[in-house]
Amino acid sequence: MTVQLEFLKGLPYFAGLDEAALVSIRRYVFEKKAERGETLAFEGEPSDVLFFVSSGVVKAFKTSADGKEQIFRIVRPGESFNDVPVLGGGVNLVSAEAMGPVVLNGIKKKDLETIVRERPPVALNVIQVLSRRVQELVALVEDFSFRHVTSRVAKMLLEYADRKAGDGPRLTQQEMAAMIGTAREMVGRSLKNLESAGTIRMERNRIVIADRQALREMAGVT
Amino acid sequence: MNEKPVIDQEKCQGCGLCVDICTCGALALAGDVVELCAADKCGWCTLCELVCPYGAISCPFEIVVEDEGSPH
Repeated sequence: MTVQLEFLKGLPYFAGLDEAALVSIRRYVFEKKAERGETLAFEGEPSDVLFFVSSGVVKAFKTSADGKEQIFRIVRPGESFNDVPVLGGGVNLVSAEAMGPVVLNGIKKKDLETIVRERPPVALNVIQVLSRRVQELVALVEDFSFRHVTSRVAKMLLEYADRKAGDGPRLTQQEMAAMIGTAREMVGRSLKNLESAGTIRMERNRIVIADRQALREMAGVT
Repeated sequence: MNEKPVIDQEKCQGCGLCVDICTCGALALAGDVVELCAADKCGWCTLCELVCPYGAISCPFEIVVEDEGSPH
């Protein structure tokens, strides 16, 4: 299947290029499909292809020795993964897995280098993409370094459970994250931690506070 | 089990990411928007909310205290 010019045009890597340039680049781009759960990149292995997600969603993650998973990014259509190993050499920093059926557009490392040499504006675009990636990672490090998210989640749960409004509060994990100044993924992880500790119980769309005193201690509320 | 994920059809662009990610088979595309076709199948995993680039799906939780029974 031919890669669509409109799709290439919308990629940050190729922003600002005219149609002739995109047509020229298109000959280097190939399509790859994958099913849910398929691993697209293995952490620690060399990578020779830069991938753009055309449809579907890919998660970029690391797995600890004891099997714990940390999602670094959710890669959506129009976004790329494998950038760092392909551009900088070395091995994959994270693994990548299809979260559903996905269609990817790939460019081999040597072809990407050719494109950058032939069209210097692409190099500026690449710098912008990598700068954004650094910003995302710094934000993640900030969360991990300075924010005790679990205790914030515990405090927030207590506060909302204590409200006496006629209709109980209903919060999405995104809203919880926004309230306590962290990422949605951190909220999900904190809820799991609290559930493992026996202080709450997740019942479909209800968060049940099972041990209020223990939750208060976790929240640092006296 | 009356609670259902909330779909904002004005925000929904019909990209289908949520349908692809839903392991319960609760969502389907109807034309160019997504619909909850089988609410009873929804396990509230919240992956649809996670992947939606447009913030069109919400899976809100209510927070209750066990010994107080129903919320508030």
